[in-house]
Amino acid sequence: MTSTETGRRPLPRSIDETVALLEEAGYIADRSLATVLHLSLRMKRPLFLEGEAGVGKTEIAKVLSKTLRRRLVRLQCYEGLDISSAVYEWNYPAQMIEIRMAEASGGIDRAELAAGIFSERFLIKRPVLQALEPDLAGPPVFLVDELDRADEAFEAFLLEVLAEAQLTIPELGTIRAAEPPIVIITTNRTREIHDALKRRCLYHWVDYPDAERERRIVHSRLPGVAVRLSAEVVAFVQALRTMDLFKAPGVAETLDWATALTELDQMALDPTVVSDTLGVLLKYQDDIQRIQGSEARRIVEDVRQQLASA
Amino acid sequence: MSADPSSGESTGGALPGGPAHPPHQARAGRLADNIVYFARVLRDAGLPVGPASVIDAIAAVEVAGIASREDLYWTLHAVLVTKREHHAVYDEAFRIYWRNRQLIEKLLAMLSPIARPQAPTAKPKAGASRVNKALSSGAEPVRQVERPEVEIDARFTVSDREILQKKDFAQMSAAEIGAAKAELSRLILPEHKVRIRRLRPKASGRLFDPRATFRSTLRAGGEIIRLERRDRREIHPPIVALLDISGSMSQYSRIFLHFLHALTEKRRRVTTFLFGTRLTNVTRQLRMRDPDEALDATSALVADWSGGTRIATALTTFNRVWSRRVMGQGPIVLLITDGLERDSEEDLAQAMDRLNRSCRRLIWLNPLLRFDGFEAKARGIRLMLPRVDEFRSVHNLDSIADLCRSISGGERSGRTDPKAWL
Repeated sequence: MTSTETGRRPLPRSIDETVALLEEAGYIADRSLATVLHLSLRMKRPLFLEGEAGVGKTEIAKVLSKTLRRRLVRLQCYEGLDISSAVYEWNYPAQMIEIRMAEASGGIDRAELAAGIFSERFLIKRPVLQALEPDLAGPPVFLVDELDRADEAFEAFLLEVLAEAQLTIPELGTIRAAEPPIVIITTNRTREIHDALKRRCLYHWVDYPDAERERRIVHSRLPGVAVRLSAEVVAFVQALRTMDLFKAPGVAETLDWATALTELDQMALDPTVVSDTLGVLLKYQDDIQRIQGSEARRIVEDVRQQLASA
Repeated sequence: MSADPSSGESTGGALPGGPAHPPHQARAGRLADNIVYFARVLRDAGLPVGPASVIDAIAAVEVAGIASREDLYWTLHAVLVTKREHHAVYDEAFRIYWRNRQLIEKLLAMLSPIARPQAPTAKPKAGASRVNKALSSGAEPVRQVERPEVEIDARFTVSDREILQKKDFAQMSAAEIGAAKAELSRLILPEHKVRIRRLRPKASGRLFDPRATFRSTLRAGGEIIRLERRDRREIHPPIVALLDISGSMSQYSRIFLHFLHALTEKRRRVTTFLFGTRLTNVTRQLRMRDPDEALDATSALVADWSGGTRIATALTTFNRVWSRRVMGQGPIVLLITDGLERDSEEDLAQAMDRLNRSCRRLIWLNPLLRFDGFEAKARGIRLMLPRVDEFRSVHNLDSIADLCRSISGGERSGRTDPKAWL
């Protein structure tokens, strides 16, 4: 890469290397995701990840920060997120004291005081500003989590930061990152993000994994789970996803469920235990009602047959 | 590579061990041309692919170090597809456009730095003719794939547009409809605002604004401290409209669409769905500036005009597919239907419950209310009534003004309380 500092880990040079990089930290990515990630790293473009809750969007940023040994700067979005909590704020109490001190010492030079009050010394840096700061280990991983929760005004602001890797503080001037951070934006699609923002990013829809990949994920994340149990859990969840549920379980739920069943000392799926622990997988009462009891029993039997024949 | 295209195709240029060459402008350009044409095919198929995306796509292919067809597929996918819905179109277009395997390998070989040098004079012509061939055979099937759908829609809409024109808006003349349209598009919606957590300066605000205070204090040299204030900003809540376009509602469909078009123009966040036997999102269509254009685009999209109605199915679909995407910000939901339902009652109750729970305010606009002797007798209506927040009449222009007041939440007479009708 451009930098020669020691300790900076180079970015992956190929798609295969990207897959390997993610796997190092136990993230089993499919090729499409690895391709997009590779491109985003090489092209220094933000990566825009959309998908259902619990498919591992946020995890990518964490894994990247871990494997590339970069700082992780996380901005959790929420309604009403504004400049003072996302970008920077002035340290008013300290400024107040400064003014009082200046008064006490007498002979106030107004221009000097103004310059002193609005200097970097009194600046409180919030995530966006932190993400633009230089770092010896390389530009940080900047995670903008659940952007759909912030209101549109913030989205518009982000547009400028993402496109130019710079921002302007009226009292201080323009702050520009020497190297743009690695930006990962995630959204759960509770509303549509504006096309202008999407255009500046590389887009990827993170889908549920297939059975093979999900088994590998369970295996890599939860090595303590019995092989038979994990295979059955994955097959059960995969069967649920084909049904017409209000909210299909994500990978996070699969992992939770496998952990829960292991905690209950289960070595294989048992229909009654499945019915009792459905709340770990399904979070809507309608869905649980539908699956509980006979339907759960049927799916467990299907899963067993399917695994026996395979 | 020789000038003869037939012999050139089979071997390709990407034999390892060849002398390394910097990517040549002209050779990279061939793939670039193809990407440009491919982008054009996508654009024709309805994907919003602008020139900037095309430049990105070319840069991406150069950067990615592509070795296989799959890599090219996902590389272009990463740049050109920005919505999940577009994936299917992209997939089809890619399959057809890059069908010629030898062509793709050849193009990749051209990009590869270890590709063999090629005769610069003979190459362009041979390559160009093949590219043109691939193009003409590639672009047309995509259009053909689309064409049958368009024709089906057109057939439906032509016949139904006649019905709409004959019957529309309860025996009003064309001139009156014109006046109604003009009135509607001039209509200024009452301010109905909700407070959000974002702040803005306000002289009489409840909250202290330290930053503005410091600025004004410094202006006075630190001697006088004048408190500046701010308060929570107020915005319009989003609106989600669900409009019934079944046969029994057909005489009102057009005027409601005009209303929703005007509303979409006025307010930023209006999402509109039409339902008869199936659910269609027409938000993008209604965003067109010209009302006729918008309505034409809408009618071209919808295939179930003036057919039957399945309210429960439509609402269940809405809850499952769209609810999480458009109901995130606490919207007002306008459910415009006569409530004459044929689906199972249990499903309807469940769908209405969920709809009601996921929005700020559920307002049912029912054109049947214009009949003075209206009583809630139909079972569907009796099921839906307890599950809405307001029940309102909308059958003429007065009532659309009434409807605006109802959205603003101002008037709360007994007639709008759904329980009064049970």
